[in-house]
Amino acid sequence: MRSNNFIGLFQCTAKSNAENSFSPPIKVLIKKEVSSHIRSWRFIILISLIVLTFGASLYVSFSGLRDTINNSQDPDSTFVYLKLLTTSDNTVPPFHVFLNFLAPLLGIALGFDAINSEQNGGTLTRLVAQPIYRDNLLLSKFFAPLIIVSVLFTSLIMLMIGAGIISTGIKIEFQEVVRIIGFIGVSIIYVAFWLSLAILLSIVFRQGATSAMTAIGIWLFFTIFFPIVINFIIRPFIPNPNYISEQEYLAWHEMILNLMRLSPSQLYTDATTSILMPSIRSLGPVSMEQMIAAIPTPLSFIDSLMIVWPQLTGITAGMMICFALSYLLFMRREIRC
Amino acid sequence: MNNPIIDLKDLSKFYGNKKAVDKLNLQIYSGEIFGLLGPNGAGKTTSILMMLGLTEPTSGSATVCGHDATRNPLEVKKVVGYMPDNVGFYPDMTAVENLCFIAELNGTFGQQAKTLAYELLQTVGIADVANSKTSTFSRGMKQRLGLAEVLIKKPQVIILDEPTLGIDPSGVNDFLKLIQKLSKEQNLTVLMSSHHLHQVQRVCDRVGIFVDGKMMVEGPIESLAQKLQLDRGFKTIIEVNNPEFTTLSVESSLNTIDGISTVAFEENKISIHSTTDVTAQVVRKLVQSDANILSVNRNGYTLDDIYSKYFDNDNLKI
Repeated sequence: MRSNNFIGLFQCTAKSNAENSFSPPIKVLIKKEVSSHIRSWRFIILISLIVLTFGASLYVSFSGLRDTINNSQDPDSTFVYLKLLTTSDNTVPPFHVFLNFLAPLLGIALGFDAINSEQNGGTLTRLVAQPIYRDNLLLSKFFAPLIIVSVLFTSLIMLMIGAGIISTGIKIEFQEVVRIIGFIGVSIIYVAFWLSLAILLSIVFRQGATSAMTAIGIWLFFTIFFPIVINFIIRPFIPNPNYISEQEYLAWHEMILNLMRLSPSQLYTDATTSILMPSIRSLGPVSMEQMIAAIPTPLSFIDSLMIVWPQLTGITAGMMICFALSYLLFMRREIRC
Repeated sequence: MNNPIIDLKDLSKFYGNKKAVDKLNLQIYSGEIFGLLGPNGAGKTTSILMMLGLTEPTSGSATVCGHDATRNPLEVKKVVGYMPDNVGFYPDMTAVENLCFIAELNGTFGQQAKTLAYELLQTVGIADVANSKTSTFSRGMKQRLGLAEVLIKKPQVIILDEPTLGIDPSGVNDFLKLIQKLSKEQNLTVLMSSHHLHQVQRVCDRVGIFVDGKMMVEGPIESLAQKLQLDRGFKTIIEVNNPEFTTLSVESSLNTIDGISTVAFEENKISIHSTTDVTAQVVRKLVQSDANILSVNRNGYTLDDIYSKYFDNDNLKI
C-alpha cells in the first residue's frame, strides 16, 4: 500500500523482486563470503602452502613410482593412483599425512574470525537488520569456506590424476576413483570439523586474535601433546608384558589406541589410511590366529569403509556438536556494537 | 493514517535486575520524524533493537507496520531500514559493492541493484567515491553510505541510531537536512536517536526525552518549552546602572505588580521570576523610579533549559 508513494526508481525495482524471488538470501551470502575469501591474502597464503606440499609429496611419490609398482610383495601395487597419494621415500611425508596437519590450519584460518570480525567491523548489526534468517548467516559462514576447500582438493587431485595418466599411460581403475572420492570426502569433513570449531570460537570470543590462538592451541594439543599425555598417563599402569597374558596385553594396547582416537587427527589418520590403502584389514593389533589363512588381497571399498565407519561418524559428530553449539550461542544473542 | 506505524506498548527489557527499558509506550505516525533523545545508557539502542526484533523484550510488545517485531521480525526487517550507531562496511569492497550486497539480500539483483546503488549514492552525495573501497572512507562518508544502504531496501520506516555521532558540525547540518528532505520526498517515517538535543531538534517533528529507561516527556519541541514555562514560570533579568538601588527599594517598587513570585537584586542585576509575562510592566515601573536600564533580558526557556531539566536532574540522582 505504501509502495505507491515511492518515486519511479523504486517502482521498476519492485517488479524485479518478484522475478528474482527464486534466489534466496543464503546464496547471496555464500557468494559474498566466497568472493571475499578468495580475494583475501590469508587464502592466497594457505592455497600456496597446500599446493607446495602437494607438489612436493607428489614429486617424491612420482620419482619412486617404478619401484612401487614393481613390488610384487605389495597387494596394493596395482593401484597406481592410490600409491601416488600414499608412498614416499621418507624425506617428505605423503600427502594424506601432510593434510593431517594442514587441514586443521585451513579450517581455522577460514573460520576463526567469521563472526567476531563482522561484529568488530560494525557490519554484523547491519546484516542482522536485513530480512534474512540468522541461521542463514551462520550457514553461509560454514558452507562458503567448505565450497572453496572442496574445489581446491578436487582440482588438486584431478590434476594429479591427469599428470599420472599423461606420464604413465596407466588407466585409472573404478575402485581407485571411488576411493579417491572417499578420501576427498573425508578430508572435507575433517576440514569442516575444524572450521566449525573455529566458528564456535569466533562467536565465543570478541577478539579475532583470541579465537585464533585458542583454535591453534586446541589443534596443537591434539596433534602434538595429546599422544604424549596419553602415554604419560597410561604407561605407569601397564603391567610388565612378561607377566600378563597375550589377551591382557592386547586389551591394554586396544585401550591406548581408543584413547588416542579421542583426537580428531587420529580419526582422520585411521580413516584416510584405510581408504587409501585397500589391503589394510584392521586398525588395531591382529593376532597370529587371525592372520592364519588370510590371503593378502585388497579389500573392496565397502569393506574398507566398514572398518573406518566409526571414525567417520566420530569426526562428523564432532563437527555437528561444534556447529550446534555455535547455533545455540548465536541465534538468541543480542547483537550490538 | 491514524494507525501508528510504530506502536510500542509497555515495552520493557531487564538485564538481570537492571531495567534498561521500563514500560515504554510510544506511537509514531506515518511520515513523522521522531527524535528519541536521552543521555548515554538511557536505553535508546535497546528500545530500537526491540523494535527490530534483534533482542527480545522482557515484557510488552512492539508493533511495526502492523507486524509484531518479536514474533515476526523478518516482515519488520523488510520494511524497516536500520542504521546502527557504529556503522561499518566491508573494507575490501567498494561502496557500490557494499550497497549491491545489501540490495541482493533484499531481493534486488544484478543491473537493477547497481543502477539503484548509483542513484542512491548520488542522492546522499558521495557518487564520486562510488568505486573506492570503503576502508578509505571518512566517518561522514560512512554515515552517508549508511543512509544509502538503509534506503536501498525501499523502507517505509528508517531508524537511525546516533546518526550525527562523530561528524563535524557542518556535516551534521547537511546530513540532517538530507534526512529531512528524503523524509518529505518519499514520505518516510524516521526515528532518530541522539543525545544531542541541539542537533536533532532542528529536523524533528516530535521528540521524546528518554532517561533511565523511562520516557520522561514527549511532544513537539515548542510544546516542551511551553510545558517547562508553565512548570517554572517566566524569568526576566534587567541590568541597571543605579548605585543607589538596594534590594529593598527594588522589591518595594515592584511588589505592586501582580504575578511576580520572587525578585532578587545583585550586582546591578534584577532577576524576576513570575507566573505570567510581566517584563513590560516591570520596565515601565523601573523607568518611573528613574532607573537607568542598560539591558533587559526576557528568558523564554531555551533548549538548554529543557536539556538540563531532564538530563541533569537525572545525573544528580546518580
